[in-house]
Amino acid sequence: MAVTGLILIAFLLMHMFGNLKMFIGPESFNHYAEWLKGQSADGGILYPVLPAGWFIWLFRIVLLAAVVLHMYSAITLWNRALAANPSSYEAKRKLAQTYSARTMRWGGIILAGLLIFHLLQFTVHATLVAGPFDGSPYDMVVGEFKIWWLVAVYAIWMVTVCMHIRHGFWSAFATLGANTSAKARAVLNGCAWAVALILYIGFMIMPVAVLFGWIGA
Amino acid sequence: MNVTLRVWRQANAQSEGRMVTYQVQDVSPDMSFLEMLDLLNEDLTVKGEEPVAFDHDCREGICGMCGVVINGTAHGRGSSPVPTTTCQLHMRSFEDGAVIDVEPWRAGPFPVIKDLVVDRSAFDRIIQAGGYVSVNTGSAPDAHANAVGKQKADRAFDAATCIGCGACVAACPNSSGMLFTAAKITHLAMLPQGQPERHLRVKKMLAQHDAEGFGGCTNIGECAEVCPKQIPFDTISQLNRDLIASLFKRDGK
Ligand code: HEM
Ligand code: SF4
Ligand code: FES
Repeated sequence: MAVTGLILIAFLLMHMFGNLKMFIGPESFNHYAEWLKGQSADGGILYPVLPAGWFIWLFRIVLLAAVVLHMYSAITLWNRALAANPSSYEAKRKLAQTYSARTMRWGGIILAGLLIFHLLQFTVHATLVAGPFDGSPYDMVVGEFKIWWLVAVYAIWMVTVCMHIRHGFWSAFATLGANTSAKARAVLNGCAWAVALILYIGFMIMPVAVLFGWIGA
Repeated sequence: MNVTLRVWRQANAQSEGRMVTYQVQDVSPDMSFLEMLDLLNEDLTVKGEEPVAFDHDCREGICGMCGVVINGTAHGRGSSPVPTTTCQLHMRSFEDGAVIDVEPWRAGPFPVIKDLVVDRSAFDRIIQAGGYVSVNTGSAPDAHANAVGKQKADRAFDAATCIGCGACVAACPNSSGMLFTAAKITHLAMLPQGQPERHLRVKKMLAQHDAEGFGGCTNIGECAEVCPKQIPFDTISQLNRDLIASLFKRDGK
């Protein structure tokens, strides 16, 4: 749970930095998209260590494995909790838990559902809301995020993602043994907030900039 | 003061339970919560009704018997200004005329025996699985034969104060017994006597914890909040560190 979660957070940070290349311009972003897939003139990332185009598939396999193992662990924990909780209290009051901690399970399902939509949209190109498209990745992203409700959907999706990370980041480190004192706990929770906020702002600033015509106008 | 109680009544482990409302009159604010329940039971006995069964022993906060959930928090932690056991919670923590819900611990591994009494022997079996130090008995060792640093000694003592009340399980949304298990792991892991069996212990105790049907910890933190002995939340990370280290040891493989 902890290890796969941290792998996914590391991926998100990379993904976010990549998306910010939209601000540098079409050449930069398009080259980056092609480079990841081994379609750029220089053979792409890790070429010639790997044949061109292999990296993206290895990367996808690792990500998929992380997601599957993460979900498998989550379902196991959920089942154990359900089995250990046959009846609930008439009165229940929470003293310590955060909203993020409480919504990890249903929140995780919601964000995974939107992830499927996201992949169908930008990777498979099956649910592009602005209609079929065969131009550059840059133009595709600009075309999509000109649609205000799509930006709104992404804004909500990213809230679910970042809440998940707010608890998940701290929890992963606690599971790995880093919660060594009340002070360590405060530091880890502070870092979790920082990562969640950086990811939220870093991801959403680009779609918002497209929507308002600051880039790609 | 007068209070209205809604108490969980359940005749035995097999029967269905339900909340029953009682009025308790002339409660002194200086009574402990258990004394208030005694008052209710005297009244019920006079009326010829079955008194409410609840666990208690020391009534001074050290035995861990008296756990009940009061207004949705274990040992009534939400009503008390300080960490407390039910026997050390006083009626002055409640308003005159208050309506107070009293329920047993609810967790699969802690089945209700009667009314507010649950069976906590699952905890005993976790301790039996590894929460001990095997020693050859003989003459007592010299007092200073085993020096223990101040920091470790403090930490061992803090963890050793766990009274096995089960509030941590009662409060946990996963019904996990991790704080209890981690308290014993940390207690023995800090001391030289605990070292020889350290890695075997964490594996055995966790295996027993899981076999008893307790849930897994997801670092939510309700346990440490209600713990009457303030067992630190970070003992769970100590358990995790020992568990990770034990994966690289031959003990128990
Ligand atoms: C505002 C937020 C986001 C934007 C604008 C965005 C944008 C994109 C774009 C444009 C692509 C396709 C790139 C290309 O054509 O090569 C992509 C791929 C992808 N995104 Fe996102 N993304 C966002 C958030 C996320 C989040 C939160 C996740 C994970 C939970 C995620 C996971 C992925 C994955 C797994 C891929 C596919 C990688 C592959 O092709 O194998 N994205 N994203
Ligand atoms: S850790 Fe605290 S709440 Fe849990 S059994 Fe021990 S004393 Fe009770
Ligand atoms: S009766 Fe012993 S701790 Fe409350």
